[in-house]
Amino acid sequence: MTTAAAPGPAAKPAPPRVSPASDRLQRLLALVPYVVSRNVVGLDETAAAFGITERELVDDLNMLWCVELRSPDPYCPIDLSYEGGEIVVSEAESIDRPLRLGVDEASALLVALRMLAEVPNLEDRSALNRTIAKLEAAAGEAGAVSAQVAVQVDDRGASTALAQIRDALDRGQRLHLSYYVPGRDEATERDVDPMRLLVVEGRTYLEGWCLSAEAVRLFRLDRVLALTVLDQAASVPPQAEPRDVDQGLFRPSADDTEVEFELSVAGRWVAEYFPCERVEDLGDGRLRVGLRTPDTRWVRRLALRLGEDGRVISPPDLAAQVREDASAALAHYT
Amino acid sequence: MSRRKTERLLSLVVCLLSSNRYLTATQIRAAVPGYPDSFDAFKRMFERDKDELRELGIPLETGVSAAADDEPGYRISRQAYELPEIRLERDEAAVLGLAARVWRRAELAGAVQGALLKLRAAGIDAEDTIQPGIEPRLQTGEAAFGPLWEAVRDRRPVSFGYRGAGRSSSQQRNLEPWGVVNRHGRWYVAGLDTDRGETRVFRLSRIDGPVSFRGRAGSVTVPDGVDVRELVREWDTTPETQRTAVLQVRHDAGFGLRRGASAVRPDPQHPGWDLVDVLFSDVGWQAEHLASFGADVIVTEPADLREAVIGRLKGAMA
Repeated sequence: MTTAAAPGPAAKPAPPRVSPASDRLQRLLALVPYVVSRNVVGLDETAAAFGITERELVDDLNMLWCVELRSPDPYCPIDLSYEGGEIVVSEAESIDRPLRLGVDEASALLVALRMLAEVPNLEDRSALNRTIAKLEAAAGEAGAVSAQVAVQVDDRGASTALAQIRDALDRGQRLHLSYYVPGRDEATERDVDPMRLLVVEGRTYLEGWCLSAEAVRLFRLDRVLALTVLDQAASVPPQAEPRDVDQGLFRPSADDTEVEFELSVAGRWVAEYFPCERVEDLGDGRLRVGLRTPDTRWVRRLALRLGEDGRVISPPDLAAQVREDASAALAHYT
Repeated sequence: MSRRKTERLLSLVVCLLSSNRYLTATQIRAAVPGYPDSFDAFKRMFERDKDELRELGIPLETGVSAAADDEPGYRISRQAYELPEIRLERDEAAVLGLAARVWRRAELAGAVQGALLKLRAAGIDAEDTIQPGIEPRLQTGEAAFGPLWEAVRDRRPVSFGYRGAGRSSSQQRNLEPWGVVNRHGRWYVAGLDTDRGETRVFRLSRIDGPVSFRGRAGSVTVPDGVDVRELVREWDTTPETQRTAVLQVRHDAGFGLRRGASAVRPDPQHPGWDLVDVLFSDVGWQAEHLASFGADVIVTEPADLREAVIGRLKGAMA
């Protein structure tokens, strides 16, 4: 037993850190086989591959060359040169092959490959399967744990659309979409110049330049009602900036309205499902959350769904609108 | 300091890999430069070095070379050390490069970089062949992911505070974890809840506070035939019996409902409205969903669903 779990805010434990010496040792052990497998390779190319400067690389090479074992007889097991900017290893003794993949290393790649294989028509299935098989064989036991980690991608009905989008991307063609916007309960029609496909948070999205919005938009593939590849070349304008997906798919903008909700225990899921800017614990499992949205129609629908489990606190006119919406709906039942 | 340590560790690895026999601590000390003169200081440093090599996944073996030796020695078997031969075709290297981007910025990003370093050393250039057009990502924002991944990997029981759906406080749970699964972008852990003696699935975002290891590595046995994906899928879907709701839906509204409807027809009594039949199983969930359409959707039947929607709407009036 390690520590007893104490209630408190979720804290991210520090990842196991390897010492700077270990870190460099890993690089040195990879460097020799890197050169050996390529016979001759330039200093510049090698430095770039390892993400270090040529100066650091030369220092690494000197350190390898200087390795000396003293017993039973003194000898230098590694011989190499980098004359004229070209590295050649003439004697690598026992470290001419890279170290085996560790469990985390093999599993991370295998889980990722299997995730890609989940999405039909995303990638060449045969290449994926061959890569998975080769990696499993090379990883041996280290890959076994990856069977206990799985990623399922939701692709309900998206596979036909996916194949068409890949085709449009390859050929640089414009698309026409019928797209369902649940936040407004609308089916919309628009032309889109495709930029890329995203597989993020378990769903597949098309990112593209929307000609009606004149902006970059994301389209969730399971909400595409119909799709046609148009006989017209796509022309994504230079100002179309792809999203930095590592910053989260949906980033609030400064123009967005900030909405404050008070949630009961039954309404807490809101904080899990939507990116909230602030989450404040009110005790008894209740929360006050703040979120930003460009479209308050979506918030009104969310408030109706929540009923007594969530209440809009601000802005006040939005709270009043929710009450009007509810009252208009109730009028049908009397 | 760090430089001398790197040199010493490198020499130690080369020395142990080059030897066919087990080398005793004394022999290692004689061969590898950089250890202190005092034997006690050497022993302490050598112990730390061994730990550090094992931490890196270097298979350091202990044994004796001959029956006559009574002092145990060390070696690194080349077969256990070396990455087996792996060659990838261009298209295979391309999908590997794509896969490597999945964990970027997530918990296992460092592990992927380590793997790519070794594969690059084996002659595989995964990143050079990346094709544009697809950007795959996995997120591991939940603090519990790291420790649970370790627990699954090392087969260790864990305990954590868990706030189940609709609960106002969290409860301590003890789990033998069998696997972690990402479904529709959310992480789950499945395993044996040892207090209840039953299989359970937990959502990582509802874990409250730190995850603690309880018990030794290797002490969890995943039963044969367990499919963690299947466990999570079953947990996430309610296979209850379905009923049909008849809804009155305004003509130009309710697209989300029409998409999944079993029947849509014009409402003969109310011009401008349609009658839409949809299947549902959970009254509560369906009432929330239908309430979100406001005045565009009216439940005709069944009565309990109708009442539940009215309840939601009254709640929103409060």
